[in-house]
Amino acid sequence: MSRMWRVGLLSGLALTAAPAHAFVAYVSNEKSNTVSVIDTESWTVTKTIKVGQRPRGIDFTRDGKFVMVAVGDDDTIQMIDAKTQAVVDSLPSGPDPELFAQDAAGKILYVANENDNTVTVIDLEKRARLGDIQVGVEPEGMTISPDGKILINTSETTNMAHFIDTHSRQIVANVLVDARPRFAEFKHDSSELWVSSEIGGTVSVIDPGKHEVIGKVNFEIPGLRKEAIQPVGIGMTKDDKTAFVALGPANRIAVVDVATRKVTKYLLVGQRVWHMAFTPDEKYLLTTNGVSNDVSVIDVAAQKVIKTIQVGELPWGITIAP
Amino acid sequence: MSSITTRDAPPGFSASEYMTCLTGIVWREGLRFLHQRERFVSALVRPLVWLFIFAAGFRQVLGISIIPPYETYILYEVFIAPGLMAMIQLFNGMQSSLSMVYDREMGNMRTLLVSPLPRGFLLFCKLLAGTAVSLLQVYAFLLIAWFWDITPPPIGYLTVLPALILSGLMLGSLGMLISSGIKQLESFAGVMNFVIFPMFFASSALYPLWRVQEGSPYLYYVCQANPFTHAVELIRFALYGQINWISLAVVAGCTIVFMIGAIYAYDPSRGLARRGPAGGEG
Repeated sequence: MSRMWRVGLLSGLALTAAPAHAFVAYVSNEKSNTVSVIDTESWTVTKTIKVGQRPRGIDFTRDGKFVMVAVGDDDTIQMIDAKTQAVVDSLPSGPDPELFAQDAAGKILYVANENDNTVTVIDLEKRARLGDIQVGVEPEGMTISPDGKILINTSETTNMAHFIDTHSRQIVANVLVDARPRFAEFKHDSSELWVSSEIGGTVSVIDPGKHEVIGKVNFEIPGLRKEAIQPVGIGMTKDDKTAFVALGPANRIAVVDVATRKVTKYLLVGQRVWHMAFTPDEKYLLTTNGVSNDVSVIDVAAQKVIKTIQVGELPWGITIAP
Repeated sequence: MSSITTRDAPPGFSASEYMTCLTGIVWREGLRFLHQRERFVSALVRPLVWLFIFAAGFRQVLGISIIPPYETYILYEVFIAPGLMAMIQLFNGMQSSLSMVYDREMGNMRTLLVSPLPRGFLLFCKLLAGTAVSLLQVYAFLLIAWFWDITPPPIGYLTVLPALILSGLMLGSLGMLISSGIKQLESFAGVMNFVIFPMFFASSALYPLWRVQEGSPYLYYVCQANPFTHAVELIRFALYGQINWISLAVVAGCTIVFMIGAIYAYDPSRGLARRGPAGGEG
């Protein structure tokens, strides 16, 4: 009996002593042509990886083995081996790739080529180009519906969200949004598509079935000019209750109640906050702050900025190992 | 006057006698503070005006880089909160010194100084009493500031206490030292102009020192030499559970110097209080 008691106590201790799970975040630094690797336990940069010219869009492959980074001025997507943390291969995108999205299985990659008005389709297994889809002017935002059937691309100059059938690779609908749409994000239950408009200063909420704008999220920060509020990156919690919207030169992340589409709080981060990524346990949200060259860490539950870490020059995109 | 000045404390007072004296003085100061509700309100309104109005107006103007002890970007009101806490203590220190001038004019000080306990101990009790009052004010301010989104880590409310006690003692003893040289209540306006304002503005209470350095290197040195700057920094770090050793050394050193100065100045056989015919307890 006493032995059991002791075993119980020991296992209890082991449980409480278990360290918090540490993750690894990869940040693309647009100006210094590097990728900074951040350890989420010590919150320090553990490595800086030299990559091609102008790295922006960045994401892990679904198997967690590689980090893909779009190096726009080299007209390609480079693959970083997550183990060796070195560039090992590249993918054939079109000219000036910026953002990309992959299907749920991690087999097909869709790349927005900013200078070519096309979306390139790449087979990730064969690392080969399958074809191009013609879209609007300056394509940027890319996302895939949770069921994998619809690919969304936003074009910055055409001010549209293009709905592309992933099977036929044809545009099935175009939805006009406010000026300079930058980023698109589906709710996890597929019921809404959120598109941020940098110049319009809003986030349009689109009904993906009806292809129409059903609401807008507006931002207002006392003492800040309207023009300084430029929504870009969007992050939505898995329960679809809270959305975080990066407001660019407003240096703030807006916390939005998804149901009411109202901002509940503004969190001060570094300058020109651009994109963001959650840790897989959704405990933290990391944002890239381009002008101040750092990454801010937000405690998601407390809705508080707890730390800011210096990275390379002009941090743009961020991804965290699954 | 000579009857009290020549009476040195006979040796051999018990600890309980010292305690009686201490509690008596602290209690009186506490009661006086509680009965002067306007004083409590005004002690709170002053920093809150800075926080609600001044800081609101400046929050976008002054971009703040990340400086220790902060680990991320902060709004201006978060930055000035420790400065305002120190401001409360600065005003309180000066106000208790004002009350000593008042006591001297009214003759109440005679009652205090007639006590057989050592003069230094009496003054120290008076200082502690003033500091205790300032603590009440500071924590009331922190409570209101919490609703204004100034939310230091919970442990910070505890770790800031020793820093507040030390800075309260320093500013109190400085006030006491100054009060020994003031003969009339009316002279107190001079203290405002020559002590409180320069100390407050030439410090890190309202702007980080790197900002001051950008504007004027000379002012930066003045700020660095200002003990109030170190009181602010000591409080700022302690509020985030950290210790700023340089500030701690400066504040502790200044407290000792000011306290010795005050005890010396209040010894009528030697001190400043003896000067001139109007000296002493009026």
